[in-house]
Amino acid sequence: MTGRFTVDGARALGGPAWLLDRRMAAAERLATTAWPTDTEEIWRYSRIGELDVDRFRPLTDSELGAVGAESVPGGGPVAAEAGERAGLMVVRDGRVVHHEVDDAFAAKGVRVCDLATCDRDEVASWLGSTSDASPDAFTVLHDAFLAGGACVIVPDGVVVDRPLVVLHWSDLDGVATFPHTLVVAGEQAEVSVVERHGSPDVEHLVDGVTEIVARDDAHVRHLAVQEHGPWTWSVMLQRAHLGRDATLRSSTVALGGDYARLRVESYLGGKGAESDLLAVYFGDRGQMHDFRTLQDHAAPRTRSDLLFKGAVEDEARSVYSGMVHLRPVAQKSEAYQTNRNLVLTEGAGAESIPNLEIEADDVRCSHASTVGPTDDDQRYYLETRGIRPEDAERLIVLGFFEDVFARLAIPSLAGALRRSVHEKVGHLHSEGGAGV
Amino acid sequence: MSALTIRGLRVSVEGVEILRGVDLELHSGEVHALMGPNGSGKSTLSHALMGRGGYVVTGGSVTLDGEELLGQPTWERAAAGLFLTHQYPVEVPGVRLLDLLDAAAGVDEVALRAEAQRLRVADDFLGRGVNVEFSGGEQKRAETLQLALLRPKFAILDEIDSGLDVDALRDVSRRIEVMSTEDGLGVLAITHYSRLLTELRPDRVHVFMDGRVVTSGGPELADELERSGYEGLAEGLGVESLRVTVPEESDPFADPGF
Repeated sequence: MTGRFTVDGARALGGPAWLLDRRMAAAERLATTAWPTDTEEIWRYSRIGELDVDRFRPLTDSELGAVGAESVPGGGPVAAEAGERAGLMVVRDGRVVHHEVDDAFAAKGVRVCDLATCDRDEVASWLGSTSDASPDAFTVLHDAFLAGGACVIVPDGVVVDRPLVVLHWSDLDGVATFPHTLVVAGEQAEVSVVERHGSPDVEHLVDGVTEIVARDDAHVRHLAVQEHGPWTWSVMLQRAHLGRDATLRSSTVALGGDYARLRVESYLGGKGAESDLLAVYFGDRGQMHDFRTLQDHAAPRTRSDLLFKGAVEDEARSVYSGMVHLRPVAQKSEAYQTNRNLVLTEGAGAESIPNLEIEADDVRCSHASTVGPTDDDQRYYLETRGIRPEDAERLIVLGFFEDVFARLAIPSLAGALRRSVHEKVGHLHSEGGAGV
Repeated sequence: MSALTIRGLRVSVEGVEILRGVDLELHSGEVHALMGPNGSGKSTLSHALMGRGGYVVTGGSVTLDGEELLGQPTWERAAAGLFLTHQYPVEVPGVRLLDLLDAAAGVDEVALRAEAQRLRVADDFLGRGVNVEFSGGEQKRAETLQLALLRPKFAILDEIDSGLDVDALRDVSRRIEVMSTEDGLGVLAITHYSRLLTELRPDRVHVFMDGRVVTSGGPELADELERSGYEGLAEGLGVESLRVTVPEESDPFADPGF
């Protein structure tokens, strides 16, 4: 497939030669890549059939703005609520338009930069080091039009004790953009990254990738907040590679978008690595949130936990499809996977498909999955206290998410995110009391 | 002075008539005990008064200061001044007592902490989801705490003495007694044991069998019941059947009333 996403368009985006080479290789693959359909298991229940990629076009270099031409500081409410931060990047339509890092961390060698202008030796070997292991049509398209992105590199032994904030903003109608975030934590390094994805009320396709590399003994916290406008399509891959005794705590809060798909993958490649994946998602009106997760254990004594909780109301739908893979080498590993869904209105629906593939015999593994309405007895209990049904429902839904909020990778943001969810439940209609 | 008046109340659950013409009248500051054997329909009465879904009223009336409650949704009955301490308080994960009380009546943390201290509810329970992993005693203390902070006109205590140890029973009873004498709370205490009555000291005792009040009297009626038992009393009154349902306690996890 090519259509409006041509080799010439990919070539014309400029930037350093090594990045151009990477784009050209992907553009060639794109020409022979078949576009997915929902008959493929991995796209089952999705809305891929509705997507006409050629409704969108890539931006040209002049529209994106010259590499390094920066203008927009700030960061809005998410940046403010993150509290004291170690650095900030603003990425507009896939182009880094602002980046800054606290002097104290810069002095320790922490790099917060644009992929297109970073030192090649620092970034070229890391770019694609996780996402290339899990390609699909969207990552190929992404790679073919990748002209820059947010890059965070923390040297060995350096602890960044305040969050780095990355704000992605996609604001053009009829356009596809390709935000990329690369986080590399060196050996024994620690870093927390908050990403916020937003767009206004425009038809937009976001084809993004977040790569997380946690080298031996590194500790990474990552929180992604997806608050796209109601007409945005978002198809994202977040993939982490963990070294020996490395830990990842990753949290996703997905509230926006028309169709928003996120693949969340942790590859536990080093002995003793630990991955904790959390998500809260809440769809209303005609939204669909579509999650595909992978906990891939490829070393002994690795541990992974996953807790994804979602709610749907109106005609919204959600998909959770998760795979736990314990490879033959992953002896003495533990893997847990839990997905729970509230279906708040009759027209809404949620699919939950947990899967296990266990190839090692000395492991502990469990999965759980639920889909259902809020509990009548809980609502009645609250109503006997004089709480209106719609307020009772709101309390129950917020309470349902509370165990995830309590474990968020960046605790300081829990308050702001509770409020966002609260507003979303707020528009639930009262069904009236069912009195005797 | 408020009045809760129940006249000829008939209620069916899943097509079975459980309440067969209940008559009761309570006033502010009064403590009434409603005693009856398991399966006599006591819990059904408490949920029917609160308007729980599935409880179908087929006759009678329930008024609070002359205003008809039947037909009103549960939350409006509570807002009008009716409160139920649940026999089996349901767990609501992630919703703290403060969240509940704030949503119900704008109760703030200062008031909550003061009342928690008074009822000896440990701080630990204020931070958890309501009733989540509470012991029986903790549940009933938390129910009483909500009662004290929401300040209704009438409280229905549905077997508040079940699952309580002696200390908790005393704390809960004394708090309710104070609300009754100082704040004018009217109390309908549903129980099948007389031990609650030694703490609560009711003004009136009603014996409930076969879905209705079969006899009423002063505190001495509880003593008579203690001597003769329900069966002996039923025989004396010519009541043929003690129960309208299978005994509630046969399955401690069963939904009471069904």
